[in-house]
Order: sequence, then structure tokens, then C-alpha cells
Amino acid sequence: MAHAGYAIELKGISKAFGPVQANKDIHIAVPKGTIHGIIGENGAGKSTLMSILYGFYRADSGEIFINGKLTTIPDSQSAIRAGIGMVFQHFKLVQNFTVLENVVLGAEEGALLAGSLSKARKVLSDLSREYELDVDPDAVIEDLSVGHQQRVEILKALYRQADILILDEPTGVLTPAEADHLFRILKGLRDQGKTVVLITHKLREIMETTDNVSVMRRGTMVGTVKTSETSPEELAELMVGRKVLLEVEKTPAMAGKTVLKVEDLRVRDEHGVERLKGVSFEIRAGEILGIAGVAGNGQSELLEALGGIARATGRVELNGVELPLSGKGADGQSRRAAGIAHVPEDRQALGLIMDFTAWENVAFGYHNAPEYQKNGLFMDNDALRADTERKMERFDVRPPIPTLAAKSFSGGNQQKIVVAREIERNPDLLLVGQPTRGVDIGAIEFIHKQIVALRDQGKAILLVSVELDEIRSLSDRIAVMFDGRIMGFRDPETTDERELGLLMAGMTGKGEAA
Amino acid sequence: MDYATLLQILDSSLRLATPLLFACLAGLYSERAGIFDIGLEGKMLMAAMASASVAFLTGSVWAGLFAGMLASLMLAGIHGIASITFRGNQLISGVALNFVASGITVLVAQRLFGQGGRTPPLEGDARFTPIILPLAEELRGVPVLGPLYAEVISGHPLLVYVALLAVPVTWWVLYRTRFGLRLRAVGENPAAVDTAGISVKGLRFAAVAITGILCGLAGAYMATALQAGFGREMTAGRGYIALAALIFAKWRPVAALWACLLFGFFQALALRPDVVEAVVQVKVPVPFLDALPYVLTVLVLAGFVGKAIPPRAGGEPYVKER
Repeated sequence: MAHAGYAIELKGISKAFGPVQANKDIHIAVPKGTIHGIIGENGAGKSTLMSILYGFYRADSGEIFINGKLTTIPDSQSAIRAGIGMVFQHFKLVQNFTVLENVVLGAEEGALLAGSLSKARKVLSDLSREYELDVDPDAVIEDLSVGHQQRVEILKALYRQADILILDEPTGVLTPAEADHLFRILKGLRDQGKTVVLITHKLREIMETTDNVSVMRRGTMVGTVKTSETSPEELAELMVGRKVLLEVEKTPAMAGKTVLKVEDLRVRDEHGVERLKGVSFEIRAGEILGIAGVAGNGQSELLEALGGIARATGRVELNGVELPLSGKGADGQSRRAAGIAHVPEDRQALGLIMDFTAWENVAFGYHNAPEYQKNGLFMDNDALRADTERKMERFDVRPPIPTLAAKSFSGGNQQKIVVAREIERNPDLLLVGQPTRGVDIGAIEFIHKQIVALRDQGKAILLVSVELDEIRSLSDRIAVMFDGRIMGFRDPETTDERELGLLMAGMTGKGEAA
Repeated sequence: MDYATLLQILDSSLRLATPLLFACLAGLYSERAGIFDIGLEGKMLMAAMASASVAFLTGSVWAGLFAGMLASLMLAGIHGIASITFRGNQLISGVALNFVASGITVLVAQRLFGQGGRTPPLEGDARFTPIILPLAEELRGVPVLGPLYAEVISGHPLLVYVALLAVPVTWWVLYRTRFGLRLRAVGENPAAVDTAGISVKGLRFAAVAITGILCGLAGAYMATALQAGFGREMTAGRGYIALAALIFAKWRPVAALWACLLFGFFQALALRPDVVEAVVQVKVPVPFLDALPYVLTVLVLAGFVGKAIPPRAGGEPYVKER
């Protein structure tokens, strides 16, 4: 018998995709009026479970109780009717519609729009007053910041009278201040009796906001604990199944001579809009410079300009030699030859060819290297495969099979393949973007260790990440980017998250907008 | 050029713009819903053949119109099944249907009538006849506006007025109704529609069906009003011109009207080389005038009209993601 005090109760939910068991006999009970965290590594089955709740998939077996009532959810419409609202990681908004139109879409009152829109306008103004959800109802979505877009998603759910709000990795794209605001909103919702389910891989958010937390590992529910009675270490261990070091162990930097010198670097996008607006910095040997910032503030363009992918203007010197920024010699091949290795931000688009095998992917960029050639005409595939196997061994890629297609590996193992390819070439400068995006905790620990090890060999490293914790724990110096410029440099030892957060939002130290 | 000649040219512009307008609005519904349809041409051709044949056999233009819409709907349905249900490539499906229509129309017409792939000429009730609007003759005496009303506005077959009426109706449907909101949404971001609990496939099939009906009207107009019967390849690329007009109009209904009138005007000019010669003082070869609408089409498609942003999800089959 289901308990009426639970907003959601799942009993014995299982779901398989072919031979892969995504969810195995999941039991979970979410009390009404609480914030409930669901945490687990990538591929642990969190998203599958939530997709079942929102009617995207049907469970192979098991029962769903909503507010104590046995409920079947064959499609999203039924989920909405049952009072479930979902805020996806990638927003489901129509970019050129207004806020009002997005809120009304699918929840219209009648065949004509006018009535629906004016009713929504009224409801929206009530909701935004009640929950600190201020958004201009007539603003067009593409003009809104990501934080505001997320509020529209929450408003959409509330407009449909959701009692249960599920948020999937909601803070990935937010500044720390925006994330704090979100958590205030969520706590406000809870205090009004709504139930919030927060799916995340960030332990800190779980610790700060949730009442209870359920941990998933490899498709099973490992356990549910009261947040006040657990610790990040315990949660990490439950997630991975072994003890994990959350802090990166590293000694102070022994910075040497200047390896990379960048002066007034500028990049325009294909529409002629300047995305990188005159950036200058240096990185010395044996130093990690971390670039913090909300995604889309010029970090990608910086990596692409240095990696030879985007054309740029300005001046870039590597070990005192100027590098061409456009025309001949401004390409990935030449940069690699010059000693710059690049772990791109989007490994699936730029780092790997997903349909190609691991060994072919390991060859990319270095396929002209003499040790991979034979008879001066052919590639030595045997040598490549053997070399790939060695790298997979050393970087603990699982499974260590060079002939497997890149897409068959998990996100963490894909990233290890890319990192192995780039680090093993012994570059002078390593460009690394979002090294642990979509990577599980165990692999994060490993990749961080490799980056620090490379630094300790006296290499220069430029680290771009939207994960502030990652930047703070790895970097020897931090540069914060906003709107294509560097807002300032900080020492990770002496700065704090608040100060970095202000810089990330474009405020200088005194609090005024730059 | 005197006023009377200008009115004559405007009159034929409107007549020639009508099939373009039907086809352009047809494309608008489909593409706004995210389904590219290069097969407007084929659907028009199919409808032209079906309507002319049935109108001739039954002696009723209404039966012909109905048959034309049905034939066009059938091709639209195949395009829908290929590109929505089976998530096929929309361009390939459209091109294939154009080839099918090009061949099958001649084949059927030849089997039915044995006149080299054309239908016998239509007459009487098998054709749409001009409608004289009220007071047209009485107002003819009013300076400037009177002749304009009597010559250009009045005296067209019913379908011309239906096409003109379809413009404000389309605008209203698109921007003032629930269906329109959902239609525009599904062409921009089907995932938003899906998660709102609305069927993406249902919406897209509805849009494709409207496209079929409108192309049917376009084809039937060509065969039973503009001309008197079906002839091989009689649509002569109008489906593509309509697509160009749609891009020119940036997928907006009222702008589509102006774009189609412009293309219609160029087609009308080609019929009056004498007037063109009088205006530009140079003898312009007729083939050049004939080519003008197509040259304009090429220019539009090559992007000389400024930036036209198509619906963002256009051409992409929707695959549900997690």
C-alpha cells in the first residue's frame, strides 16, 4: 500500500534498452514538500528514471504512485495532468517566441489565443511575485540570459499547476549568483508545499539545498539518506562504490620561463561580431592558468584561436616565437607541430569522430608522425593499434579495445582517449576545455591527476572550465572572463567564490558593471 | 504606356500570381511546421491533371476541383509518411515526388484521352468563369479608381478571390490561433511542443495536409481557370518560383502576397514585349522576358534579398531525445 505522505513513490521500476539495463528494480519515495536530490554518475540511470516519470519511456515493470495514487504515465500529457513539471538540462523553449507564448504553448484555453495570453499574463505576474521569478512576459526568449530562460521553464511548469518539479542538472549553465537565486526559488517552492526533485552530479548543491538524497549507481538505487546526516565523502563513495579523493592533491607551482604570451587577441564570429575583445596574458612553464566564466563569454573562441581552429588578430608567442593567427600556419596541424596540444571543449564534435575506432581517433592530428608510417607511403596501422593499446592501458580506458568505435565508450572513457592522445605527445602547452564535462567522478579524479602531473613536468597549461570548483582546485592562477574580456586575475588561495562570481557576472571589485 | 495598358498588365499579373500565391501559402504551412517541401511543383501538376480530367469527364468544374485537391493531398500524404513517420530526407522525398508527378500525369492523361498527354479543352461548366463584382460596370466612369476596380479587381474566376482571401486567413491562423502558435512552435523547436504534451507528428501531418489542399487549389486553378485543360509540364516551374517567393517573403503570409504579385508581374511582362519595348526604348528579346521570373528566382534563392532565416527545425526529422 502506498503512503499518502509521498509525492512520488516508485516501486520496482526496471527499464532495459536492448542488453543494457538502465534501471534495475528502483524503489524510491519522495515525501511531499521536500527537496529531494538524486545523485549519480553519468549513465547511472538518473535521466532514464526521470524520463519514465515524465512519460518519455515506459518502464518494463514496476509501479508509479503519485500522491499515493497508482498512476500510469504513457506520455508527457499524462505526466502534466498528474502534476509533474520538468525542467530539462537543455531548455525546451521556442527561441523566437515571447515568454508568454512559451508559457501558453500546449496549455491554451481555447482555439483562439487572445484569451489564453491575457490569462497567462495575469497568472505569471502572480507567480513571479510569489516565488521571486521575475521575467518580462513580453521578452523574446533569445534575448534572455540563461538564468532567465530557466525561470521561464519553471514558470511553464507552475502555470500547468505542477506540484512536483523535477530539475535535471539545473546549474550547469548558471553563474554562482544565478544558481543561488535558483536555490532560493526552489526553497520558496518547497515552503509553499511543492515537491522538488533535483538531479545533479554536484555534491555541493546536494549538501546545500536538499532534505534527502538518493544515490544511484549503474542502474540501481544504492540508498537514500537524510542530507543532514551525510557528508560529501560518503555520497561520493556511494556513487562510485569506492573511496574517492574530492580534493586535487597538488604542490605549489614551480613556475619557470614564459611559455605562452598572448597580447590583444581578438576573434570575430561568422557574423562579424567580436567574441574575443582583446585578451592578454602569459602562462609560464609548470603553471596552470584557469579561465573561469559562464559558458559563451569568449572562452571557446580563446581556445579555438590558440588551437588554430579560429582566425584571430593580435599577437601570440610560444617560447618566444610568434605564431601566425590567420592564413598559412594557423591550423591545428601546425599548432600541434609547434608543441600545442588541444583537448577541445566539445569532445564529440571536435575531439573525436564518433563512428571511427579508438585507434583511428588516437591517430588524428598525429597521423603524419614518423613512427606511424611505413615504407614512406603507408600508415602503419599495426603500430597505431599497439600504441593505442598502450595509451588505453596507461589511462585506464575501459574497455581497453582499440578497435571499438568511439561512440561505444562512456563519456568519461571517451574523454580519457582524447586526453591520452594529447598528453602523451609531450606538448609544451596544453589547451584543455571542460576536461570533465559529462565525465564521472572516478574519471574526473584521474584526469585531474594527469593534468597536474603534466604541470609538474614543467609544461604550461591553459584550463577552461565552467565548473568553478574545478578551476579553483586545479589552477595556480585564475583569470575570469566576461563578454570577451578578462575581468581580472586572482590567486586561488586568496580569492573566494563570491568574488569570482561577481567577476563572472561582469562586476568589478567595487560592484559596478564593467 | 497609357493607363489602360498598365491596368491590363496588372490584371494579368493578378491572374498569374494566383497559382504562385496558393503554392506559396502551401509551402508556408509546411515549412513553418518544419517540413521542407520542394514538391509543390509535383503536387500542382498532379492536381492540374486530375482536375482537368475529372472536369472534362463529369462536365463539372467543382468535381474537377475536388479531384485536384484529392490528388495533391495524396502526394502530400506520401511526403508526410516519408518525412514524418519514417524520418526520411525531405528534399529527396520532394524531388522524387516531382519526378513521379511529371511522369504519371502524362501517362494517365494519355491513357484517358490519347491526345499526346494532354486533356481535351474544357468549356462551359467544366471551367471556372470570371465573376463580375457588384457595381463594376457602374463605377467604370469614376476616374482612375473606377477602371482599376472594373479591370483589375473585378472579373476574375472565383479561385483568384479565394487565394487573396487565404492571405489574411493564413495570417490570422498563424498568429491568432492555438493551432498557429503550435504550428510555428513545431517548426522552431519540436522538443518544446513534445514536452508540452502535444503530438509533433499530428501537427506536422496537419500542416502537410493543408499544403496538399492549397497545392490542389493551385493546380486546379491552372488547369480549369487560367487555362482550359491540362498540358504536359504545364506548371513550368511555378512550384519552385513559389518557394523562392516564400523565401523572399521570409515565411510571412502578407509578404508572400507581395512577393507573388511581383513574380506575377514579371510573368505578365513576358506576355507584352511591345509594352516593355515602349518603356525601356530597347527591343528586348521575348525569351529574355520569359526567363525573367526564373532569373529573379535564382537571385532570390542565391540570397540576394538579404538574410532570410528559415524555421529553425526545418528539414530535420524529429527524433525524441532523453
